Amino acid sequence: MSAFFGKLMQSKKNQIILFIAYVVLAGAGLFLLPDSTIAFLMLLFSILILYHLNFNLRAKWISGIVILAIIMPFIASQSDSYQTYMEVGTLVGIYCAMALGLNIVVGFAGLLDLGFIAFFAVGAYSYAIFASEQASKFMPFGHYPLPGGSFWIFIIVGAAVAALFGILLGVPVLRVRGDYLAIVTLGFGEIIRILLNNMDHPINITNGSMGIASITPPNFFGISIGSSSQFYYIVFGIFLVVIYVVRKLENSKLGRSWKAVRDNEIAAQAMGIPLVKTKLAAFAIGASFSGMMGVVFAAKQMFVDATSFTYLESTMVLVMVILGGMGSVPGVILGAGVVIILRTQVLTNISNWLSSISADYGISIPPAISPEKMQLLIFGLLLIIFALYRTQGLIPHKNRKVNVEVLKKESAEAALAREKATSGGADS
Amino acid sequence: MKLKKIIPLLAVICLLLGVIGGCSSKSGGSSGKTVIEIGSQSPLSGGSATLGDAIRLGAELAISDQKAAFEKKGFTIKLKDLDDQGDPKKGVANAQILAADKNVLALVGHLNSGVAIPSSEVYEKNSLPMVSPATTATVVTDRKLKTVNRICARDDFQGPAGANYAIKTLKAKKIFVIQDKTAYGSGLADQFRNQAKKLGADIVGYEGITVGETDFNGVLSQAMTKKPDLIYFGGVYAEGGLIIKQARQKGFDGPIMGGDGLDSSSTVQIAGDAVKGVYLTSVAGDVTKTEKGQEFAKKYKEKFGKNVESYSAYGYDAAGVILKGLMKAIDDNDGKKPTREQVTKAIRAVKDYDGVTTKVSFDDKGDNKFAKVYIYNFDQAKYPPVQKAEISQ
Amino acid sequence: MLAHIIQNLPQVLIDGLTLGVVYAVVAIGYTMVYGILELINFAHGDVFMTGAYIGATILFLLMGFGLLSSLPALIVFLIVIILAGTVTGMLGVGIERVAYRPLRRKNAPKLIALITSIGISFVLEDAVRFIAELKTGNYIITAPSMFNHKFNIDIHHVLPFFNNATFQASFLLVLVVTIIMLISLDLFVNKTKWGMAMRAVAQDRDTASLMTINVNRVISVTFFIGSALGGATGVLFMIQYGTINPYIGFILGIKAFTAAVLGGIGNIRGAMFGGVMLGLLEMFAAANLSIITNGAMGAEYKDVFAFIILILVLIFKPEGLFGKAVVEKV
Repeated sequence: MSAFFGKLMQSKKNQIILFIAYVVLAGAGLFLLPDSTIAFLMLLFSILILYHLNFNLRAKWISGIVILAIIMPFIASQSDSYQTYMEVGTLVGIYCAMALGLNIVVGFAGLLDLGFIAFFAVGAYSYAIFASEQASKFMPFGHYPLPGGSFWIFIIVGAAVAALFGILLGVPVLRVRGDYLAIVTLGFGEIIRILLNNMDHPINITNGSMGIASITPPNFFGISIGSSSQFYYIVFGIFLVVIYVVRKLENSKLGRSWKAVRDNEIAAQAMGIPLVKTKLAAFAIGASFSGMMGVVFAAKQMFVDATSFTYLESTMVLVMVILGGMGSVPGVILGAGVVIILRTQVLTNISNWLSSISADYGISIPPAISPEKMQLLIFGLLLIIFALYRTQGLIPHKNRKVNVEVLKKESAEAALAREKATSGGADS
Repeated sequence: MKLKKIIPLLAVICLLLGVIGGCSSKSGGSSGKTVIEIGSQSPLSGGSATLGDAIRLGAELAISDQKAAFEKKGFTIKLKDLDDQGDPKKGVANAQILAADKNVLALVGHLNSGVAIPSSEVYEKNSLPMVSPATTATVVTDRKLKTVNRICARDDFQGPAGANYAIKTLKAKKIFVIQDKTAYGSGLADQFRNQAKKLGADIVGYEGITVGETDFNGVLSQAMTKKPDLIYFGGVYAEGGLIIKQARQKGFDGPIMGGDGLDSSSTVQIAGDAVKGVYLTSVAGDVTKTEKGQEFAKKYKEKFGKNVESYSAYGYDAAGVILKGLMKAIDDNDGKKPTREQVTKAIRAVKDYDGVTTKVSFDDKGDNKFAKVYIYNFDQAKYPPVQKAEISQ
Repeated sequence: MLAHIIQNLPQVLIDGLTLGVVYAVVAIGYTMVYGILELINFAHGDVFMTGAYIGATILFLLMGFGLLSSLPALIVFLIVIILAGTVTGMLGVGIERVAYRPLRRKNAPKLIALITSIGISFVLEDAVRFIAELKTGNYIITAPSMFNHKFNIDIHHVLPFFNNATFQASFLLVLVVTIIMLISLDLFVNKTKWGMAMRAVAQDRDTASLMTINVNRVISVTFFIGSALGGATGVLFMIQYGTINPYIGFILGIKAFTAAVLGGIGNIRGAMFGGVMLGLLEMFAAANLSIITNGAMGAEYKDVFAFIILILVLIFKPEGLFGKAVVEKV
């Protein structure tokens, strides 16, 4: 049976047929049973299958985008739960981008950051302050709230401000390493949260613990964007940009320097990698992804306060990275998806199911047992199990394969060319 | 190739969980009657779980009380209770779930204003009416959303009412204010401070504490050197109980005052004997005073095996208002299941609902015209405290 | 302004000392483990919290048997603290066995061990919450109050610029017990064979194992002592403050770690000093920040200062106030 299956999967044509069949099946499932979470998850699952098929890269990308941007939203829109699905999709996108940012810091550069949510907070507050009447409380000039069209500029602004904070954090902490770095970043995250929660006097910048309400929704050529299904596309767009940047960076000179620093700092330094610049770049780029998503988050929630940015959130993003596989881009995306869907859909559904059982059949189930409350336990166990038994995560990181022969030839040619150039220089 | 094994395993787990999830949303329809669900959102875990759970149980009791009346018209009513964990993100995600479930026609919630504000944006979009038993922040109804109602008093009524009592009745001249730096605590403490200043009292200190800590001696030492007549605390019982206890240990024997966040049996449990001499303003009336209330308390105890908390009655009344509006909407719709818009209008139009603790009629913002603030005093270490005064708007 | 600060100084010192000794003992748990394994044991704060809960459970059990009123309070206290210390000590050994030893055997990067310790900390918090909530319906537990006799130091009569200070009998208890614990630990580490083995392993694990020291057993003993001290401190904390919740371990753990860093991590005496100093600083900040800044910053900023101190120490004197600088070996 398995041999037959293996053979079936060998051929590309079969793969395509089976994959399309799966997508159609899952799509039909969602179409016919619009309230079933399982059908929704099955459709999402097709992305993971897609990743494991032997298509060429471009075909994978295109079919992935088609499924996520067209098929899934279209089928879901037939259902009452449309906005719920899109809300989940939006959250997954937001956290994916954050996890990818943290992945640069932790996975690529090996710098454990336990205060990563601070950058998200900075991005969220930068939009919230200026897109509500809050700014007029301390800014001497200008007219606030800014119109919804400014949202698009603020995505860039949020990224820049967060990157700036990343550098601000980075400069002093470069002197510490390893475990100390974890503690310093944790402290930094808490400092930012406490500051945001308290900066309502003497100057009212963040409105303190009351939070900032009535944030202007974004405006796209006159259309006011308010529903989850619209935010889904914004998030999806940013997510594609992020993933493109990460992909490009991973194999660039900078990406390789990060990995060198991660594997052995001293050796990397000896090889001429500028430690300061490399580490700062990791902090800044990682933070900027978070900052962008922070802006989107503020616009989506229309309300921000400091309770959304606790230490627990930082560790949740870390869980995503560890679960998916440190350094592995597809892994981290999967990790973020699994964690968010667990938190918002699966656990909630099980809890509801338990409580409806206890209501319908009179079985008393103590509320302490509700899986929604057990989140910490579940994620704690996941962290332990993955750290002990599967350190590389769900989809382990793969180094790019390089053909040694070709490389040797290339470097020999390059050396030859260099030699020629220098000898030429000596002649003249 | 371990990976090849892990992925299918994961798939199976996902599917299993999904099946359960799928079942859960299906398990509603029964006995051929049209199902109407009333949502509830409150923190069932975390630092204010005692209050959140009281709201949920109150709503549950109201629904089971009126089940028969709705059965007669061919409807089965049910509670769909969700845990917002006091977290705005979770609240919004839950709001989407409630909004997506077409059987849900209204909801009771929330406890925290910080959660209610973003979640109500979702309700407004889906015209899903909410009746809040406990969110006191002014901004909740000041946005004038059609779907947002509350039956409790606003911060700018409760805080000043407390200040009036503290200064006029308790004759406090020097007041030290402590708040817990949450939306609820700061909002209340700010309103209290402003009114107290207006009445000519001297605010000798205004300090914030961190939620989740246990040692407040630093702030209290500062308070002691300022020699206040009264300490005011804006926050909930988890920190409030400890502050009361530690202030008494420091030798402060004047009155300590707080808001409705202290109106819980847990305050007494934490503070112990130190709770004597504590005053609190609450938006919830004393249920043990009226016959109706006593009956409610008895039923509650029988059904859940717990004593009533102040918010149990408010949860009950919030659900009661919803059910009254719902019944009206059903009648107006010739006995058919009404739309959410109809229910929203019917709830806003509820007049003179007579509940166990409060009468309810909504104004154009969704605030309760009959909302009252009550002043209570613990004269012994026992919950509930004794009612001292009742203040109407 | 200055008058106010001086007036409440005696009270601030007493409160700061109470908090400080608690930090000190918890900090020792961090510092011992770090000294030997170079691992920040994030779960240590939660071991402390578990100790408090175990202590409360034993107290309630004793109360159930009616022993609380018949036995003298001091005996009850000794039973509780010794039992709770032993149980948490074993818990610590168990955690090491399950979560850290396999990693050590695999020679996994330090980052991974740190992540497991965060996982353990989550699991402990939630397990304790779950059990407490299942048994009592509310996870915030208030223990029966003991040692609540109030003392008043009439310092105002002797030195009129000070205000009077008050404290409870439990403060004396906390102080005496922690000092006994600290001194016996110091003697143990410096004067016994086991202590010598511990120091040897901390200095160089491989060489120590060549000198016929059973490294794994020494690590187990370290975890036992550190966790038992942490658990015992949890009991003291419960008696001093009366109310506990499952999340006290996190903030306190971070502060205790700050204290350990302040005193020079790996240095037991340094941790004691750092703990007391941090407790005093924090209490001073909470009591006086708004007086000093004239209301611009209040007590809510005290944690910001604690963290800033931590960051500054780590950046400018990473070996701590009492530690020796270590050169990284390649």
